[in-house]
Amino acid sequence: MQRVQGFAQRVKASLQVYAVGARIAMLERLQYPLASLMFMVNVLIEPIIYLVVWSSATAAQGGAVGGYTAGQFAGYYIIWTFVRQFNLAVGPDSFNWRIKNGSLAGELLRPIHPIDIDLGWNLGFKVMQVVYWIPIGVILWLMFKPEVNPQGWQLLSFPIVLMLAAYVRFFVMWLVGLICFWTERIDSLIELYFAAELLFSGRLVPLEIMPVWAQKIAGYLPFQWTFYFPIELLLGRVTMSEFWMGVLAQVAWILAAYVGIRLVWVRAVRRFTAVGA
Amino acid sequence: MSTNSIVVKDLRKTYKVPEREAGLKAAIKSLVARKTKDVHAVDGISFQIEPGEIVGFLGPNGAGKTTTLKMLSGLLYPTSGELSVAGHVPQKREREFLQQITLVMGQRSQLNWDIPAIDSYDLYRAIYGIPQEQFTQARDEMIEVMQLKELVKKPVRNLSLGERMKAEMVGALLHQPGVLFLDEPTIGLDVTMQRRIRAFIQEYNQRYKATVLLTSHYMADVQALCKRVIVIHHGKLLFDGDLTALVERFSAQKTLVLTMSDMNGRTPDMAKYGTVVTQEPNRVVLRVNKSDAPQVTARLLADLPVTDLTVDDPPIEEVIESVFDAPETSE
Repeated sequence: MQRVQGFAQRVKASLQVYAVGARIAMLERLQYPLASLMFMVNVLIEPIIYLVVWSSATAAQGGAVGGYTAGQFAGYYIIWTFVRQFNLAVGPDSFNWRIKNGSLAGELLRPIHPIDIDLGWNLGFKVMQVVYWIPIGVILWLMFKPEVNPQGWQLLSFPIVLMLAAYVRFFVMWLVGLICFWTERIDSLIELYFAAELLFSGRLVPLEIMPVWAQKIAGYLPFQWTFYFPIELLLGRVTMSEFWMGVLAQVAWILAAYVGIRLVWVRAVRRFTAVGA
Repeated sequence: MSTNSIVVKDLRKTYKVPEREAGLKAAIKSLVARKTKDVHAVDGISFQIEPGEIVGFLGPNGAGKTTTLKMLSGLLYPTSGELSVAGHVPQKREREFLQQITLVMGQRSQLNWDIPAIDSYDLYRAIYGIPQEQFTQARDEMIEVMQLKELVKKPVRNLSLGERMKAEMVGALLHQPGVLFLDEPTIGLDVTMQRRIRAFIQEYNQRYKATVLLTSHYMADVQALCKRVIVIHHGKLLFDGDLTALVERFSAQKTLVLTMSDMNGRTPDMAKYGTVVTQEPNRVVLRVNKSDAPQVTARLLADLPVTDLTVDDPPIEEVIESVFDAPETSE
C-alpha cells in the first residue's frame, strides 16, 4: 500500500515538474523572441527548399512524381513544418555541454531523473514553437494550396500519432546522447545520426519515392515514425492497417528507447561519478 | 531518524591520468602502448563532523577539497574508504539523501540564466516536492534576509556576481537541507557581499541546526563562521581541530607592536630585538619567535620608553601558509 502511495506521489511530483518545466521553457522562448523567430526561419528553410524543388519537378513531369501531385507535395511539406515543431527534441550533444559546464553535476544532485526536467522543458518549447508556427503555416497554406484530404478518423488520431512521434524522437535522441558519457568526440556520430534521419525519416523526400532498398532499411529504424508516418496520416494516405502497425511501431520504439535509457543511464552515471566532471 | 552528521573514514580517490612525452613520436607510441599514472587526489583522510557544526575545509588549490566535497555529495565515487552523510552512503545517490543535502559551488551556477530566479525557485519546489505554503514562507523569508526582493524578478544573467550568488544560495536552501557543502561560496565577491553571505549561512545554521562544511580561500569567512577547521594538502589531512589550536600549533612567531614616547630624534636599533616589520619614529612592528616573546617583551619594556605594547598572533593567512609548508604528518 505504501509503495503504491509512493508511486502515486512520484507520478504527481513528476507531473508537477513537467508543468513547471514547460512553463519555464515558454518563459525562456518569450525572453528571446528574435532568437525564436530566427530558429523558426532556420527550421523552415529546409522544407521550403524541398517544396519548391518538388513543385518544379512535378510540373516538369506533367503533374505527378512517384504518385504525389504538386498539391500533395505542398501538403506533405507544410505538414512537415508542423510535425517538425512538435518533434523537436533535446539534441544528443546537449550532454556534452552539460558535462563540460557543470550543469549535469547540478542535475545529479537533485532527487529527480534529469529526463523528467528535459521532458517538461521540451514540452513547453514545443508549445511555443507551434504558436510561432501558426502564422507561417497559414501563409504557406495560402501560397502553395496543398491537397490534404484526411478522413475523420485520420484527423482525430493525428494528435496521438504526433505525440508518439515526438516521444520516439525524444527518447531515441536522449539515448544516443548518453554516448557523451564515454567520449566527448561525438560530433561525427551525431552528424551520421542526422544524415540517417534525413534519408530514412521522410524528411528529405517522402519514403515512397525512395528506392526499395532504402525503404527496407527505413523499416528497421525509428526515423520514419517521427516524420513520414504522421505526415502521411494527415495527408490521408494511410490505411487503417498501416495506421495500427505504425502506432505499434511507435510504441515499441518508445519502450525500447526507454528501456535502453534505464539500462545505459545507470552505467553512464557510474562512469561520470568514477571520473568526475 | 538520521542525524546530519558526516563520517569519513580513510577516504581515497585516485584518478588514472594519461601520460606521454611531447612530440609526434611519443603521440604515435601512445596509440599502441598508452601510459597512465595514478594521481591521488584524496589520500586516506578521516574525520567526523557532528550535527550542527560549521567546519572550515582548508587547503591550497589542488589539495583535494572539491574532490572530497563531490564524494560527500555523491557526485564522485570514492576509490576506497567509508562515507556516511546524514545516515546515507552518498555514492548510492538515494532520493532521501539528495533531499537532505545541498552543494553550492561559487564558480558554477545552478540557476537558469535566461529567466528570473523566482521562476527557477518554482522548479525547485516541484523537484523537491515542497508543499506550496512551506515553500512560499521559506522563499519569502530568505529573499527578505538576502535583500533580493526586486532582484529575483530580473533574469539571472542581468545580476551582478554578488547578486547572483545570493540568489544561488536561496535556491540551494529552499528545500531546507540538513547538510550544506559550500565550495568557495564567496569567491569574487566584494566585502559587503561576503559579509551578507556569511551572515546568511550563520543564520541558516543556527535556525535549522544544519551541518556545514565550507571551503574558502578567504580567511575572513573561516574566522567568522568556523570554530573548527580541517586542513588538507596533497590529499592528506594535515590538521583537524579548533582554529585557535591551529594558530597555536603552526604559528612559530608573535607580532609585537610598540608605541613609544618621544625619543628626541634618536632611532633605537630595533633589529637586536627581532625582525623589524615596519618602523616609524614612535611606532615599531617586530616579529619574534614565539618562545622568545616573553623575554623580548621584558627587554623592550626595560630598555625603551614604551607607552603601549601589544602581542599578537600573525594574520591567519600566514598561519595557514605555514601549515601548507609544514612536513606532511597526518593526525
